[in-house]
Amino acid sequence: MLRSQSLTPLLSVEHLVREFPVRAGGWSGRRSVLRAVDDVSFHLSAGETLGLVGESGCGKTTVGRLILRLLSATAGRIVFDGQDVTDVPERRLREFRRAVQVVFQDPYSSLNPRLTVRDIVGEPLRNFGVTRRAAAARVGQLLDTVGLPPAYMSRYPHAFSGGQRQRIGIARALALGPRLLVCDEAVSSLDVSVQAQVLNLLADLQRQLGLTLLFISHNLAVVRHVSHRVAVMYLGQLVELAPESALFEHPRHPYTRALLAAVPEAGPDAAPPAVLPGEIPSPLDPPAGCRFQTRCPRAESRCRATEPPLVEEQPGRWVRCYFPEPEPLRRAA
Amino acid sequence: MPDLLEVRDLSVSFETSRGPVPVLDGVSLSVREGEVVGLVGESGSGKSVTALTILGLLGEQGRVDGGQIRLDGRDLLPLPEREWLRVRGRQIAMVFQEPMTSLNPLLPVGFQVAEVVEAHLGRGRREALARAVDLFRDVGIPDPERRVRDYPHQLSGGMRQRVMIAMAMACRPRLLVGDEPTTALDVTIQAQILALLRDLGRAAGTAVLLISHDLGVVAAMASRVVVMYAGQVVEEAPAARLFSAPLHPYTRLLLAVVPGVREKRARLSAIPGSIPAPTALPVGCRFHPRCPDAIALCREAAPTLEPHGPDRRVRCWRAAELADGVRP
Repeated sequence: MLRSQSLTPLLSVEHLVREFPVRAGGWSGRRSVLRAVDDVSFHLSAGETLGLVGESGCGKTTVGRLILRLLSATAGRIVFDGQDVTDVPERRLREFRRAVQVVFQDPYSSLNPRLTVRDIVGEPLRNFGVTRRAAAARVGQLLDTVGLPPAYMSRYPHAFSGGQRQRIGIARALALGPRLLVCDEAVSSLDVSVQAQVLNLLADLQRQLGLTLLFISHNLAVVRHVSHRVAVMYLGQLVELAPESALFEHPRHPYTRALLAAVPEAGPDAAPPAVLPGEIPSPLDPPAGCRFQTRCPRAESRCRATEPPLVEEQPGRWVRCYFPEPEPLRRAA
Repeated sequence: MPDLLEVRDLSVSFETSRGPVPVLDGVSLSVREGEVVGLVGESGSGKSVTALTILGLLGEQGRVDGGQIRLDGRDLLPLPEREWLRVRGRQIAMVFQEPMTSLNPLLPVGFQVAEVVEAHLGRGRREALARAVDLFRDVGIPDPERRVRDYPHQLSGGMRQRVMIAMAMACRPRLLVGDEPTTALDVTIQAQILALLRDLGRAAGTAVLLISHDLGVVAAMASRVVVMYAGQVVEEAPAARLFSAPLHPYTRLLLAVVPGVREKRARLSAIPGSIPAPTALPVGCRFHPRCPDAIALCREAAPTLEPHGPDRRVRCWRAAELADGVRP
């Protein structure tokens, strides 16, 4: 489902579910189940960037980890390049591991401080049987690709700034020539001046290498900047999925609207951000009906009674709401 | 209105195994009674060290090499620690980024707020606890009678930050220093906390020095903005003027590198390089290696912070010349 484009998707995620067992009552031992990802479906076409946004605890990182096969799915399917990889055993995942790579948030904890850049970036190559000498040559090229002098390869991570470390992390992710790059908060720990450099680098790499990106972030402005399409998550579910301009210019789900209105933006006539009352309910005890109904300004009795389905309101525009913001009138061509 | 806080020519260095490293160089800024001033900069700009020094919390490694910090005209820097205890919490209060590390995990949150009331206002335990409930209500914590008995881990990040604000406002301070108070929070919770800070500040007449790397947060809150880079103030202006017509090339670039939610830019302009380490400061203007407008003079001599019109200051050799291009 969710295939609105005629192209065969590179990745499709179908009714993905992930549950975690938790001990609810501290030492009392009462067990319950936390459904971190609840029936999430979307696809990614080759060469596109899908932004996945939401606040902490919405399940966006878990979706990324499921796709990377760092976690196993409780239910649902992950199809990569026409192949179901959901339950494929690790030993048969080598080609998948080569094709799907990740850039993590923290360039301080994701690089081994005892290894040189040559070893860090070259490790995936060595794992795939590339000789030490050939790997070193390739590392030089990769550093050049991400805008670092190849001569830096004999240095250790501590010698680099945060932005440079993130470039090293990207070089490592590119080492095996991946087709899909999962970026989980990849620029969130960087200062804004450096963040712009890394965002521009990712855009250049996508163009040059035809990369497909799943860009997971809490930062709406960054997501808008990099994405072709955007999916919004709330309490484990997708609540809206739409092309970037449609989602940001005419958000239709009340949560998307509230989220966008809450972002303070620099400018000479900056308005104070709009306040959405309440907090995200506990995922251990999600509200009945629509998960957003406890905070939604439009909630009616129907919203409290039954959960709205994710509906394709127009081609490529999916909304999970009984009372979505109406579609604006189409401008005459 | 008179200055409530006046920081004048403040220089601070940190003691390291390789000798002292200067981190603040002649920082001057002021906050008027009831005013919200934004202090912005990236990591390494010195904004947090400025805050810690104002709070008298510089620590053992830090050393004030010169300057003054005046609250209501009284210089705080020479005060013995005993006197500081009466200023900090009572006249100047603070809210930090991560409430979990600022709260004692082993004590109920209401008790921790009551402790502040007892210590500074000399109230008894019972009265202080009742006051904590009132404060919880003021900061929008639902069901305050119950929540005062909760431990920090039982509260969400947003609620913990409300507790910190309740604690900070317990003595109706003259000045609240917020160091990235909403940076760890989700955007919808951030909007709630910013609204709370604004409302409480207005109601109590408390001035706020808001430190943030987020220009959007500062734009939403502050009437005046101070921009720091590599341990120095590089620009100061009324907020509306700073965002409509920045004078310093760094401020201008900082505004251009941030992507927006309200409009999509084709490509972000980027500032090449990164903030210099305090041990490797460039000669001349500290921003010149990254500055698109740098000329020979910028590489040779360090500019000073100069007035530009009645209410602005800027540290740039070419400010006047570049401003003619910026303004209509």
